[in-house]
Amino acid sequence: MDAKMGRVRSALLAAGRGLVLSVVALAGSITLFVLTVLSIAFIPLGIGLVTTPQVLEAVRKHANQRRLMAITWSNVRIPVPYRPFPKDVRSGFTGQVERTTLMLKDPATWRDIQWLLVDMTAGYAVAVLASALMLYPVEGIVLAAGLWRVYTDDRYWYAFVPVDSQGTALLAAALGVVLFTAGVFLSNPLLRAHFMIARSVLAPTHERELAQRIERLTETRHEAVDTAASELRRIERDLHDGAQARLVAMGMNLGTVEALIEKDPEQAKKLLAMARESSAEALTELRDLVRGIHPPVLAERGLGDAVKALALRLPIPCEVDVELTGRAGAPVESAAYFAVSEALTNAVKHAGAERIWVDLHHGEGALRFSVTDNGKGGATVGAGSGLSGIERRLGTFDGIMAVSSPAGGPTMVTMEIPCELS
Amino acid sequence: MRVVLAEDLFLLRDGLVRMLEAYDFEIAAAVETGPELTRAFAELEPDVAVVDVRLPPSHTDEGLQCALAARRARPGLPVLVLSQHVEQLYARELLADGNGGIGYLLKDRVFDADQFIDAVRRVAAGGTAMDPQVISQLLTRRSQDKPMGGLTPREREVMELMAQGRSNAAIASQMVITERAVAKHTSNIFGKLGLPPSDDDNRRVLAVLAYLDRGQG
Repeated sequence: MDAKMGRVRSALLAAGRGLVLSVVALAGSITLFVLTVLSIAFIPLGIGLVTTPQVLEAVRKHANQRRLMAITWSNVRIPVPYRPFPKDVRSGFTGQVERTTLMLKDPATWRDIQWLLVDMTAGYAVAVLASALMLYPVEGIVLAAGLWRVYTDDRYWYAFVPVDSQGTALLAAALGVVLFTAGVFLSNPLLRAHFMIARSVLAPTHERELAQRIERLTETRHEAVDTAASELRRIERDLHDGAQARLVAMGMNLGTVEALIEKDPEQAKKLLAMARESSAEALTELRDLVRGIHPPVLAERGLGDAVKALALRLPIPCEVDVELTGRAGAPVESAAYFAVSEALTNAVKHAGAERIWVDLHHGEGALRFSVTDNGKGGATVGAGSGLSGIERRLGTFDGIMAVSSPAGGPTMVTMEIPCELS
Repeated sequence: MRVVLAEDLFLLRDGLVRMLEAYDFEIAAAVETGPELTRAFAELEPDVAVVDVRLPPSHTDEGLQCALAARRARPGLPVLVLSQHVEQLYARELLADGNGGIGYLLKDRVFDADQFIDAVRRVAAGGTAMDPQVISQLLTRRSQDKPMGGLTPREREVMELMAQGRSNAAIASQMVITERAVAKHTSNIFGKLGLPPSDDDNRRVLAVLAYLDRGQG
């Protein structure tokens, strides 16, 4: 019984949404279509240059709103195909012209306009049908309840039933019930169909999708190359100024010791002690350097234990929860480790937290991990913040990061890298 | 005293053999891989083993795993683990069984031959030798936490040396106080950590363990 009620309720909800959609599809799409056509037509007159970007922007908003409805109402994902604007678009009139040409050159714009046409016809029809199947039966019932008497002079048609007596009115009611039953089963699929129609026009073409993917890959590759290069520079500098210099000094000291050992054993002894100290310091520096490149525990035990070892070194109590059934690829492990490390450093340095929680698990083809602290919150992702560094690092592996950090805390950094465990 | 040595770098293995022999240890075996080490543990029954964490063929923590397995088979088997880096995580694993005879040191510690040999002897005698780096990591962490706040600065200092595995005499000479004063501090520490009186050596291990465990809180 509950299941049936749930079904009816969800069908009614779908009908309501269909009604909303039909209004939006008809009014919104027709208005925007007319405005777009006019605006583009007026480009030769100059007026169009000013209005077109605004109108097209509105069209995109309209389409994006539909994308949002599609994912929230029917779980239909419609990807966004628009080309990003280059960063150096000028302001003022020239910028306006530039924007207009950029938008008109984007095939996605023309598909948007096509969609407006489809939306106001097929899209509208389907949406209306989704709601009508649930609303029209109401009229049948009302007719049977006595409304038919009002129309006795004239024959009144309820669908294909001519209503002129209580008998035919009851027939209309029966038809209404049939329609309603059909509606219960069809309104949700119809709503979905509406979004599928939208997707068939709005979604990027296969070519565009590939182009988008290439753009993204080029971008992340540049970032990866840059990061690797600067990392190499850092390592070279650290070796040059640190361990290497110390070893040179040590060699020099030993040379002096060789010369002094018989003449001045006291001094030679002192120099030997210095040489030993230098070698210890060189080792410490090398150790830190190695930890920065590839932490030893990560190499020996994998991600889970490496993060646990990291947590033990923090000055703040940190709970680590690991659920991994195998090991990810070495580059992925490394990226994840440094992402966690960076997030932990942020939490310790800036959050003023008393406790930190790290959660690490693998599911649905992705490594997911999060760092949560009970600090003061207010962390932002932006240029220069450590968090955007993490984002870049993860981007190379198609990984993503989300930060939730309301003022007053707590801060939660969630990260995900698609990968398989072995 | 018969020593089994496991180290994959030839230069270091050679140096260690020479150093140990200079201090009158008998080298029962000097091996370079994990499987060889496991065999040496089973066949030679050494008095003490000096083991590198990272060994072939896996080049991961094979040495550590061999040592842990050997200690499971023969509880209290003295093992001194050497590593290019020291981690609390590994220290905890080594100490977890609560038996003595365990050491965990940075490889650099062999620079000071006397101290290193002292550590080997301590481990062979059933004591502990923890690297100061492990202990100092703990202390920086501990100092902000309440449970250890009960220790006075002096007791904390004693605790640090004790955690490294020093004897009362060694602690006394290092801190320039009398042995009796050290004994008083240690019994205070045991009291504050809630360790019941028992064999003194083992209580020292337990004290380090208690330290490590509270590091988790």
